[in-house]
Amino acid sequence: MDLDYTEQQKAFRQEVRSWLEKHVPGKPLPSFDTSREGFEAHRAWERVLADGRWGMVTWPESYGGRGLDLIQWLIFEEEYYRAGAPLRVNQNGIFLLGPTLMEYGTEEQKARFLTAMASGDEIWAQAWSEPQAGSDLAAVRATAILERDEYVLKGHKIWSSRAVFADWAFGLFRTDPASQRHKGLSLIFFPLNAPGVRVQAIPQIDGETGFAEIFLDDVRVPAFNRLGGEGEGWNICMATAGFERGLMLRSPARFQVAARKLVELFKAHEAEVEPTVRAAVLQSWMDAEAYALSIYATASRLAAGGHIGAEASTNKIFWSEMDIAMHKAALSILGARAELLRTAPEAGDIGRWLDGYFFSLAGPIYAGSNEIQRNIIAERMLGLPRA
Amino acid sequence: MDFRFSEEQTMTADVVRELLADVCQPADLRRLMGAGVARDEARWTKIVEMGLAGALVAEDKGGLGLSAIDFVQIAEACGYAGLPEPLVENAGVVLPLLAAFSANGRAAALLESALVGDVTVTVAHPTNPFVADADTAEAVLVVRDGAVHLIETAKAKIVAQPSVDPFRRLFTVEFEPSDATLIAGADEAAGPLAAALDRGALFAAAQMQGIAQRCVDLGVAYAKERQQFGKPIGSYQAVKHHLATAQVKIEFARPVLHAAAAQLENADLYSRARISQAKLACTDASDVAARTSIQVHGAMGYSWEVDVHFFLKRGIALTNWWGGPAFHRERVAARVFARPLGPEHTFAREAEHA
Repeated sequence: MDLDYTEQQKAFRQEVRSWLEKHVPGKPLPSFDTSREGFEAHRAWERVLADGRWGMVTWPESYGGRGLDLIQWLIFEEEYYRAGAPLRVNQNGIFLLGPTLMEYGTEEQKARFLTAMASGDEIWAQAWSEPQAGSDLAAVRATAILERDEYVLKGHKIWSSRAVFADWAFGLFRTDPASQRHKGLSLIFFPLNAPGVRVQAIPQIDGETGFAEIFLDDVRVPAFNRLGGEGEGWNICMATAGFERGLMLRSPARFQVAARKLVELFKAHEAEVEPTVRAAVLQSWMDAEAYALSIYATASRLAAGGHIGAEASTNKIFWSEMDIAMHKAALSILGARAELLRTAPEAGDIGRWLDGYFFSLAGPIYAGSNEIQRNIIAERMLGLPRA
Repeated sequence: MDFRFSEEQTMTADVVRELLADVCQPADLRRLMGAGVARDEARWTKIVEMGLAGALVAEDKGGLGLSAIDFVQIAEACGYAGLPEPLVENAGVVLPLLAAFSANGRAAALLESALVGDVTVTVAHPTNPFVADADTAEAVLVVRDGAVHLIETAKAKIVAQPSVDPFRRLFTVEFEPSDATLIAGADEAAGPLAAALDRGALFAAAQMQGIAQRCVDLGVAYAKERQQFGKPIGSYQAVKHHLATAQVKIEFARPVLHAAAAQLENADLYSRARISQAKLACTDASDVAARTSIQVHGAMGYSWEVDVHFFLKRGIALTNWWGGPAFHRERVAARVFARPLGPEHTFAREAEHA
């Protein structure tokens, strides 16, 4: 065990830091969920990253990456959050679909999709859930019927983040209409501007748009758009979900930066808050550190050829519950001002804690609800019998 | 940067784990408890024969010269087994402390017989209000006004303070300090005593990590067997989710514990905060896991017959051993409120910020 960075890793950190200092926008960009303008501003930032070959440092150079290892990815992420750089509008693509494409895609598919993904030219949404298939994802009803060399997509997808403005979506479809449950499903890509696609924004808890439902009415896409074999969709989705829950969806640095801001907020209001809040602030810092250490341990193991397993589910539970606790601590410190909008004259230094608190409440739901994660832990890590 | 144990470290821990699986089963614990003693001489001899007594003592002083990261998984295995004998305290904390004073002739002679396993030694550290295993120890290291005295237990007045844990032997120790008993003055003793606290807290945390996993494993085994409504209770989500929640606590205490072990020797504000964080996290894991296991066992969990109570009680004991939650939270606060925070400081050392 060696918990010191190598000279090369330290130099890499400096390189990332100085690039970000030069390029990160001085002002926060407008939200990519609420307006086309904000979405396009984030796409432009993705292009800046891609031009510097910082879009996805772990990807091979041939797809716009740098071929770096997971420890270097963590260092990149640490500097990225430290610099307060914009959220990644293409996270569904680069963090979820990208790694899955690299594992299951043909060379032609990789060439077609990865480069445009890395450059920000194509921003991706995920289209898995349906009104009747949420936690029970295997209840998917949307169909993709092969007609010669085209699939005809039909169905109704929902809770699709980024779908309002994104260019493409990767969806789970039943390619064998007679099939049941996990069998007969396939993963298929479709352009969100294809004829027969209708996207309807769904206002979120804060009244703003953020996710959407997608209606597919005889949407025709080439068979080339299927990732993996027909009927292999379920297994590929689970591999994607492993990445999502496990490593890439929520960088530890995100929470470590939030913990630092929470400590700063606490210090500014220490005299006014009750003693239990101090313990909650310290716990938030400790949890963020624990999550970071855990990801370093996982990254070290993966770098040595290991695979991510059911511990991906423990990660998802841990960060989502930590995120809520952290924001609750901040709201406690803000006291009576916690309910104010930032436009209120008395808002002062309330920051974005209330927005963050709302968003944290989604954490235990998206990317597979925490109830499902606990089932996975119980069955696959602890070996308890299925219901 | 490589957050993995070496094969050798894991192999050594595996050997200890296998030995304890062989000689330290709940039936063995119950036999010992029935006899009213806290040490199985045959088992202790096997442990001593592995050479573990001198694990953390430098090679030039007759030990194996291992470091905390080499020993941490062994301490976890001791917690998992509920080992009554003082391997963790004696080898993990007291002998490295005694070795720090080996320039003193009496300390050197005692160290020599402790390293071959002829005797054990204990410590009355200012952090702990009681002294463990003073009845079986040859001598006790006692602190008075910051200076360390070495007292033969035969010459001290020891008063038993019975613990709820049937295998913990706690005492208060009264003694008369003199020039003859002094082995290190306060200046010389401060560093080694601080290091003993760090090792004590770290290895108490490690034992609690083992306790936590044992409690979950006992709960899982029972939930697979016990049938209600015609099915194993472990197939119900209410039971699954309890156990999964406890396992999440364990999974996120582990990397903190291991990072703390790897950085213990930095002996600075950062490494001490990490050790304290590990103690807090492992305490939490052990607490949640023990209560979960009792709940999963139902009425059996509240019985003497089921083994969970051994681990519940050891967890209660270790929660405050080498510093309780309030003490360790303040050591974390000392780092959080006085040093830079953020993702680039996860593995920081004091020297880099001096």
